[in-house]
Parts: sequence; C-alpha cells; structure tokens
Amino acid sequence: MSDFISIEAIAKRYPTRGGGTTTIFENLWLSMGRGEFGCIIGHSGCGKTTILNVLAGLDRPDDGTVIVDGEAIDGTSLDRAVIFQSHALFPWRTVLGNVAFAVSSKWPKWNAAKVKAHARGFIDLVGLSGAEAKHPSELSGGMKQRVGIARALSISPKILLMDEPFSALDALTRGTLQDEVRRICLETGQTTFMITHDVDEAIYLADRIFLMTNGPGAVLAEVVENPLPKDRVRTDLHRHPLYYATRNHILDFLVTRSKTFTAAANGHDPRNVPVVRPGIGEPTLVALAPAITDDIARPAGITGRHS
Amino acid sequence: MSGSLTLRAAIVSVALFAVLLLGWHLATRGSGAAAGMDPEYAKLMGATATQGKSAMPGPLEIGAKLWEHLSRPFYDNGPNDKGLGIQLAYSIGRVLLGYLIAVVVAIPLGFLIGMSPLMHKALDPYIQILKPISPLAWMPLALYTIKDSSVSAIFVIFICAIWPMLINTAFGVASVRREWINVARTLEVGTLRRAFTVILPAAAPTILTGMRISIGIAWLVIVAAEMLVGGTGIGYFVWNEWNNLSITNVIIAILLIGLVGMVFDQLLARVARLVTFPE
Repeated sequence: MSDFISIEAIAKRYPTRGGGTTTIFENLWLSMGRGEFGCIIGHSGCGKTTILNVLAGLDRPDDGTVIVDGEAIDGTSLDRAVIFQSHALFPWRTVLGNVAFAVSSKWPKWNAAKVKAHARGFIDLVGLSGAEAKHPSELSGGMKQRVGIARALSISPKILLMDEPFSALDALTRGTLQDEVRRICLETGQTTFMITHDVDEAIYLADRIFLMTNGPGAVLAEVVENPLPKDRVRTDLHRHPLYYATRNHILDFLVTRSKTFTAAANGHDPRNVPVVRPGIGEPTLVALAPAITDDIARPAGITGRHS
Repeated sequence: MSGSLTLRAAIVSVALFAVLLLGWHLATRGSGAAAGMDPEYAKLMGATATQGKSAMPGPLEIGAKLWEHLSRPFYDNGPNDKGLGIQLAYSIGRVLLGYLIAVVVAIPLGFLIGMSPLMHKALDPYIQILKPISPLAWMPLALYTIKDSSVSAIFVIFICAIWPMLINTAFGVASVRREWINVARTLEVGTLRRAFTVILPAAAPTILTGMRISIGIAWLVIVAAEMLVGGTGIGYFVWNEWNNLSITNVIIAILLIGLVGMVFDQLLARVARLVTFPE
C-alpha cells in the first residue's frame, strides 16, 4: 500500500517539575492510504490529540517526522483541515461568514461573489441551506458542528482531521452527523483521520482503527481492520455477524489490554504494528473477562464509551 | 403586580427627586425676619442675617440660574465671563483630543504587548510604575517642557487615559481563545489578517471596556487639570465661581459635569454593544 500519510518515529515529551521529562509517546509509526478513514481510540492522556495536532501542524513532535503525499510537513497547511471538538466558530461571523473566511484564506484572489458561491455550496452539502445568515449563537450544537464540517471541507483539504467532533452532541444528533460525514467522505473519497472515544462510532466510520495503550509512554498497540462491508448502515450495524466480534475485540483492548500491554513482553515492533481483522470465531462472550460482560449485557445500541 | 418594572422604577426615581428637592428647599429657605434689629445693621448684614436666609442657594434659585445659562450658553464677555456652553466645549475638546491620541497609541501598543510575550515581559515594569501615578503629578513637568497650559492639560488627559486602554487591549488580545487562533493557524492566515479578522473582533469587547473606563477617568481629570491651568474650561469655571462665592454656579457646573460624563459613558456603551457577540 502506498502511504499517503506516514508518521515516522514521532515522539512527544514534556518537562516535569522535578527537571525530568515525561514521555507521552515515542518512536510512534502510523501510516494511512489515500481515501482511507482512520480512527484512533485510546484512553485520555494517551496522546491522541497530540498526534492529531502534529498532523495538523499545530504542534511539533520532539522527534521524528510526518510525511504527507511525499512531503515532510512543516507547520500548518491548507491541505490539512481540522474539525475541532468545540466547533471553534467565530461568534461574530455568520454561518456564511465563517465558511467564507476559510474559502478566502485558501483562495485569496477570488472575488467576494465567487467566495460566497463556493461557501454556499458546502453549506448546502451539510444540509444548512437557509441558515447562512445566522450567527453561531442562534444554532444548536449539531448545527454548529455542521458549520465546522462545512468550513473544513470548503477548502478541499487532502486530509480531514477530526478531534472528537461529535463528543459534545446528544446521541440522536451524533447519529445523523455520523451519517452525513460518512456519506460525504465516501462520495468525495476524503482521507480522514479522527479521534474518538466511541467504539461504535469508530466501527461505523473507520476503515482502520488504531488502538493506543494508556499514557504516559503510550504505544500504538494494534491496528484493527474493519471487517464490515463498505455499504454498512448505522442503524443495522449491530445485526452484522462480525459487528460484535469487532466491538468486543476493541472493548477488550480498552478495558484490559490498554493497561497491561507492555511492548517489551510482546516483542512489539513499533514499525510493524500487528494488523488484526476480527472474524467469526474470534473472542466470544464465554471467553470474556467479567468486567466486560457487564458492558456487553447492556442492550445493543448503547455504546461503550470510555472517557 | 402593577405596571412594569421600568415604570415602577421611574415612579420611585421621580418620588426620590421630589423628596430631595423639597428637603433642599425647606433647608435653605429663610426662617423669618429677625426682630428688633437696627435697620442700619440689617442693611450691612444682608438677607443671611436679617431673614435667616441660608447662604446655600435653594432649588428655585438654581433652577432660575440654570434657565439663564441655558438660554445664553455661548456668550463671551471676556476672559472671566463666558457662557457655560463655551466652557464645556473647551473641556470636551481637550478631553477628546487627549483621549484620541491615547487611543491611537494605546491600541496598537496593546496589540503588540498582547501578541508578543517578550514585549509583555519587557514593558510590564514600565506600565506597573507609570500606571499608579496621579495624572496631575505630571502637570509641572508638562508645563515646564510644553510651555503651554492648554496643551499641558491635553497631555495630562492623554497620560491618564492611556493605561486602562493599554492594559485592557493587551489583556483582550492575549486571552483570545486558543481555538480561534488555531483555526486561523490551520487556515494559514497571515499575521496582519489574523490581527484584523480574528484577534480584533475577539478582543473588541475587552478593548471597548478599557476605552469606557478611560473616557470616564479623562472626564474626571479634566476638571482638576483645568482648575490648575486656568483660563478656560468647566474646571476653571468651577474654581472661578468659587472665588466669586457663587455657590449657585458651582452647583450648576457640578450637574453639567455629571451630565456630560454620563453622555460620554453611554455613547461608548452603545459602541460596546455593537461589537459584543453572543456566545
């Protein structure tokens, strides 16, 4: 596979009060292909957001490089758009103004009419036609995040980066927005990298799911290939025979293995992280630890969210 | 409940005003002619002694004098006898000039301090030392170097108006939300465009608060400054009328100073409302 995004041996360390350093992660390798949807899952403090910020260019790694489309990245770029967890809209601008700000940043030579027409197209795409003149304070949380998505997509980025974009939304709104994002990403072949806490969200949206152990000293332990078909539907997800195998595998990791995973004991090679494709016959209910059985016993549809 | 809150508040306000006027009137009215006073002596002493009249003017006298001033606001009978309109215009002119110069200096400097941690650290000691100095303490230095009393007054206004604006601008600029800055960074927005399209609107409410504090202080200080430099202005008028022992005119000047200060504040409050955004 040709690597469109290649994260090579990056590290992030912070100085501690005593004069030492805390290593959030080091020697981390991760790659993604063009048009792929990647999701990173791990507990708080494992450095997921740092990885995303490094990809966005908002943060610099202490070691290593990130190569996107054959070029090492240096700082932020209009090729990489970010959808922020808190939507980060400018409250003094209208919906149209917020999207137009991004458009005119990407194409400074365009005249106002062209910028507006382009921005309107993306407002339509996220289903907000008619709300162009509203200010963010007049919008619901879901609508604000739609504007955030429109703003990110409007600059036609090579990579879309999402930092827990739906975590602040209620379950119903989250569902519809997940549908929208999946539809748009499939239609446009958008390469997307997303952080989430929500296992179901990852299974629905991602082609590959990156599992990270707990920080500090977090490692990318495993890459899970999503065995579900491309034409999966959110509401029918739990009926697919491989859904529970995948979900249990990820939950098992989050609940137990993310704590106990030690790179040395497993002979873990950070450059060649094992790729797992859950199938029938993989861990079944019988084999699960008691802690997880509680989780599984809940009715299907309730997601196992870990924060 | 009877009537809206606004209406009831207005009734209380008017009632308080009426009580105040009545109390004032009763306290300053004469207590009747003094009996058995030698007419020669009474003539010498005036109404204060003969009628028991207070030297403090009552509301009716103030009203009459105020009417007189309002009907002739712009007369000019020489250096010590000018209409109140002219005196106020001098003061307002000085305040606006000193204030505008302060705006022009404070806002760009505040941007610099707010955007650059280096400049913040480097300039902080100067600000901390200069800020608490009473603006009037600058007056002798200003008079000595500028050699013009009117320009010195404007300088004093400038030096007192600059600090709240400078500090608020720096604070507003430095505390623009990280996420908005990150949006601008991911969109590769240049420094100048970022300053005008992201930081300025985000910091505008804080900057306007500083501007509002500054105009209030400037208007407070002009009265004192004009008492010192003399010649023209509402502050000089107050001091001149004190020397004339015209308490009536002093009270009228006090009322007008309050009124003009309120207008300044309300104007800036209106501008502040324009740039404030709901979250």
